[in-house]
Amino acid sequence: MREKVKLKTTNSKNAKTGNNNDVGIISQKLPFKRRFHGYIMKGFIFFCVAFAVSLILFLIGYIFYRGLPHVTFSMLTSTPSLLRGTVGILPNLLYTVYIIFTTLIISLPIGIGAAVYLNEYATNRRLVRIIEFTIETLAGIPSIIYGLVGFLIFVRMMGGATILSGSMTLSILVLPTVVRTTQEALKTVPISYREGSVALGATKWYSIRTIILPSSLDGIVSGVILAIGRMVAESAALLFTAGAGHALITNYFAALQTGGRPLTVALYFYATEPGQWGDVSSTDVAFAIAAVLIIIVLVLNFLTKLLKRKLKKI
Amino acid sequence: MNIITAKDLNLYYGSFQALKNITMDISAQNITAFIGPSGCGKSTFIRTLNRMNDLIPDVRITGDVTFLGENIYDKSVDATLLRKRVGMVFQAPNPFPMSIYDNIAYGPRIYGTKKRILLDEIVEKSLRDAAIWDEAKDRLKKSALSLSGGQQQRLCIARALAMQPEVLLMDEPTSALDPISTTKIEELVMELKKKYSIVIVTHNMQQAARISDYTAFFLLGELLENNNTNAIFSNPKDKRTEDYITGRFG
Amino acid sequence: MGRTNFENELKQLHTEIIEMGSFVETAIEDSIRAFRNNDFDLCKKIIENDKTVDEMERKIESKCLWMIAREQPIANDLRKITAALKLITDMERIGDHASDIAELTMRIEDKNAFADSEHILEMATTAIEMVRDAVTSYVNYDLELAKATEAKDDIVDNYFNLIKQEHIDMLSKEQDNIDSAVDFLFIAKYLERIADHAVNICEWVHFSKTGEYKNTLIF
Repeated sequence: MREKVKLKTTNSKNAKTGNNNDVGIISQKLPFKRRFHGYIMKGFIFFCVAFAVSLILFLIGYIFYRGLPHVTFSMLTSTPSLLRGTVGILPNLLYTVYIIFTTLIISLPIGIGAAVYLNEYATNRRLVRIIEFTIETLAGIPSIIYGLVGFLIFVRMMGGATILSGSMTLSILVLPTVVRTTQEALKTVPISYREGSVALGATKWYSIRTIILPSSLDGIVSGVILAIGRMVAESAALLFTAGAGHALITNYFAALQTGGRPLTVALYFYATEPGQWGDVSSTDVAFAIAAVLIIIVLVLNFLTKLLKRKLKKI
Repeated sequence: MNIITAKDLNLYYGSFQALKNITMDISAQNITAFIGPSGCGKSTFIRTLNRMNDLIPDVRITGDVTFLGENIYDKSVDATLLRKRVGMVFQAPNPFPMSIYDNIAYGPRIYGTKKRILLDEIVEKSLRDAAIWDEAKDRLKKSALSLSGGQQQRLCIARALAMQPEVLLMDEPTSALDPISTTKIEELVMELKKKYSIVIVTHNMQQAARISDYTAFFLLGELLENNNTNAIFSNPKDKRTEDYITGRFG
Repeated sequence: MGRTNFENELKQLHTEIIEMGSFVETAIEDSIRAFRNNDFDLCKKIIENDKTVDEMERKIESKCLWMIAREQPIANDLRKITAALKLITDMERIGDHASDIAELTMRIEDKNAFADSEHILEMATTAIEMVRDAVTSYVNYDLELAKATEAKDDIVDNYFNLIKQEHIDMLSKEQDNIDSAVDFLFIAKYLERIADHAVNICEWVHFSKTGEYKNTLIF
């Protein structure tokens, strides 16, 4: 008690004399050198963030500035025709949709199945680690190599570059994404759900089907959308494998047998081959496609967030 | 009458021996409490009784556990059918992320009960037996996760009862609950013993003393003492049991 | 080993009961000395001291109840506390009887009228011995000593019967000192009761060690 009082008096003495050096541990100022260091680091980090953000904003802004004026109704709904003077991207849009659809049909069962096996069934830890390592490696391979492999295997198998061979190639490309996101989603399902289900006399598969997959649905769906984003954006893997047609084929099954350029590949060709359609140059078309692609990717990202929130609410 | 009997049961997690020569009878239509400090093997042992340890890799078991005269570790035994008859309730309430109704109907549906009328009946009966019908009847279609912790645990009990098991294993069923919910579960358990044989793992000594008929004390994977509850809590034979129940260690 | 606080409380409880035990032990010794020497001052002191015994009982009772409420004792711990609650009642009674004897001592007019008062002193010696041994058996939880003490009850009972018979014989011959004779007999009765309470204490000591009371397992 007595000590406390003493302390108080010395403090007030200091305050009177205006001596701020030992007001308290917390309110004490750091030495100048350390403060200076902090400011520098703060400034540097702020600069990095500002640089990255402005770069992205500039890119998107520039593409929209160059591309959006050419994204017209007739472009979105017609085919390229020198006779009619139109540069429609409808066939390319359709091919992209076909490829996404086909790729999902191939990659989802395999990817989700593999993830379920790795996460729920596999007991050999070492084998699982080897498979996971392989999948991770697969995710890091440049996509042009997938294109090459696809060309050497699927295109030859199909007897020509078609939507199907392109989709097969793309399936391998997105498989790591699907497996990894599904695995992550499965890992978030509490063990207590598995135990609860098994304790009621359910078999493993029944638990997976009725509890584990449904409750990891949000994660799986966001993984799928992520994979679709990759499919939309992929060009190198499809360059040699998806064909080069741009005829409008509305029959899906017929399209599978035919080759066609999806948006990204079309963009590549418009950007590299000069041409003129009325007052629209091929560079303009390339920017227009780029704008459309960015819009699709933004919409997909937005959709992922929305779906995740929706599914989480249950 | 004994409903479950363990004989010379040893259990290993890899090279670690978690249970050592457990031999004990579990009496029918009574409450048997397992007590002991953390890591003593009581939870491991209760999980051998409905083969929940099957889910864990690298588990090796020697010895016998017989349920109504049948060795449950025999190769011909289907573990899922065993678990249908020996239900389990866990430490943390674990309702499935679906409606209250679907939670209860989950078990019967596994075994092919699909008729609405039949399921309605099972759901109501199970919820009544678990003393949660009044709280749940107006919200059967609502998510089970909207219930409070204590209600969720009674729902989990109802879900287990929906399978009409003969034995109910409860692994620390109240350790995650507040005192009022705990009291409700305790009363429920004492009511349930009229129809079911109950095994309960608990860290709460008073709880074991209050509700159980028999108490088994585990230490370091061994069953040190197993006797009727009054004897354990008044005159334990083993000094280590006495030290534990009087709070001198553990 | 956990529960240090509870252990200390149990030890302190034990000490307080021993203190109470020796206090009533002194009270009963004093009352007999006062009786023998007709020491009225000592009698007054004994009567005054009885209040202290009552206070001690209240204090220990309260302590036990709080220990039960706070610590939820079981097994051996619960037996110790229950036995404590029971045996302090007996100690308090012994204290009461000591003060009763002191009161009667002040009333008896002619002590010498009873030539055979030797018997009552012998009886008192045995009773005091029993109280002392009962407390000692509690101090060490000495079941052998407790058993031996219980056995001595018969000796006290025999003395009482003897003294009673002597009074009957005497009063049938002469009726001069009826009043004093009844008081005198009361003192003998109190001594007999004191021995009974000593036996009770021994029985609770036995219980706190084994859970058996009068050969029946009660906890």
